[in-house]
Amino acid sequence: MNVHARTEKTGSHPADAMTVKVWRGDRVGEFQTFEVPRRENQTVLDVVTEIQRSQDATLSYRFACRVGMCGSCAMVVNGRPRWTCRTRIDQLEQGTIQLEPLRNLPIVKDLAVDMAPFFEKWRSAHGYFEPGENPPEDFAVVAPDSTERQAADAGIECINCGICYSACDVVSWNEDYLGPAALNRAWTLVNDVRDRGQDARLQAVSGDAGCHSCHSHMSCTEFCPKAISPTFSIAGLKRATSARVWKRWR
Amino acid sequence: MNPVLYLAQRGTALILAVAVTIHLITIIYAIRGGLTAGEILARTHGNRWFLSFYLIFVLAAAIHAPIGLRSILREWAKWRTRSLDMAMLAFSALLLVLGVRAALAVYLA
Repeated sequence: MNVHARTEKTGSHPADAMTVKVWRGDRVGEFQTFEVPRRENQTVLDVVTEIQRSQDATLSYRFACRVGMCGSCAMVVNGRPRWTCRTRIDQLEQGTIQLEPLRNLPIVKDLAVDMAPFFEKWRSAHGYFEPGENPPEDFAVVAPDSTERQAADAGIECINCGICYSACDVVSWNEDYLGPAALNRAWTLVNDVRDRGQDARLQAVSGDAGCHSCHSHMSCTEFCPKAISPTFSIAGLKRATSARVWKRWR
Repeated sequence: MNPVLYLAQRGTALILAVAVTIHLITIIYAIRGGLTAGEILARTHGNRWFLSFYLIFVLAAAIHAPIGLRSILREWAKWRTRSLDMAMLAFSALLLVLGVRAALAVYLA
């Protein structure tokens, strides 16, 4: 790969252009430098798309909705995990823009990562509704102002973009750690009064891969584009699992 | 870390926060007051309050420190086998023996 081909061809840096360094390869690779024209209301996703369509068609990345609903365009922009569709170029600091794939996940190619380990951990954390053996006789009444409903509401808007997982130091140290998103999902279900799988779920989120390994660095909370706080959800799981142990002792 | 270890570490942290504070204030007070080693030992000799305090302190430290060290070794040294738990139990026993020995030595001196 002729990594700096574009830069050399364009020569000097035009005033209305920006320098963008893009990760190329998989786990092993290097940054390729591009010059991209500045445009009004331009997002980072616009820049990546422009590179792919007009400069290097071999660039791999992932997106779908372009409006912050699907969460598939998440990348590391200037060292911070972000939704590229909701990050405008004029929001970033001046200078070179550096784009990398999400951290803590296997890189498929360039800016596209394999999300499979992320979703496998959702299952491992029992991040799915358990209706129980017998269907309930009537609808469950869940008051909107109940403590459980409000706790579930606080974390329910997660769209599985993987930004918190990319930002989490504990995942980078312990690849088995379930991660903020899966634990946040588990916490919303712990607060679902209809769910019948609580004991197995609390067991699943305990242990060396579970909530007790969280260091409360709060990177997940800092970077979540939905303003969710997985740290608080994990703290809730710590309380719930501790209460479960306490009840068994008594 | 399972919830039992988590609770044990948090619970002993509460004890240690109080015990370390009392310990530091006492040693600073004793040294600044100009007490000699002999005068300090004369006060600790046969003092059951002193012995009880340090036995609780030592027990809390012997529980707290290996749990924290276990997490550090798991995350940073990637030591994740059963041998880690055995090593931490041994470390806990070492802290307990050394601590109790020191507390008893000062109590019986």
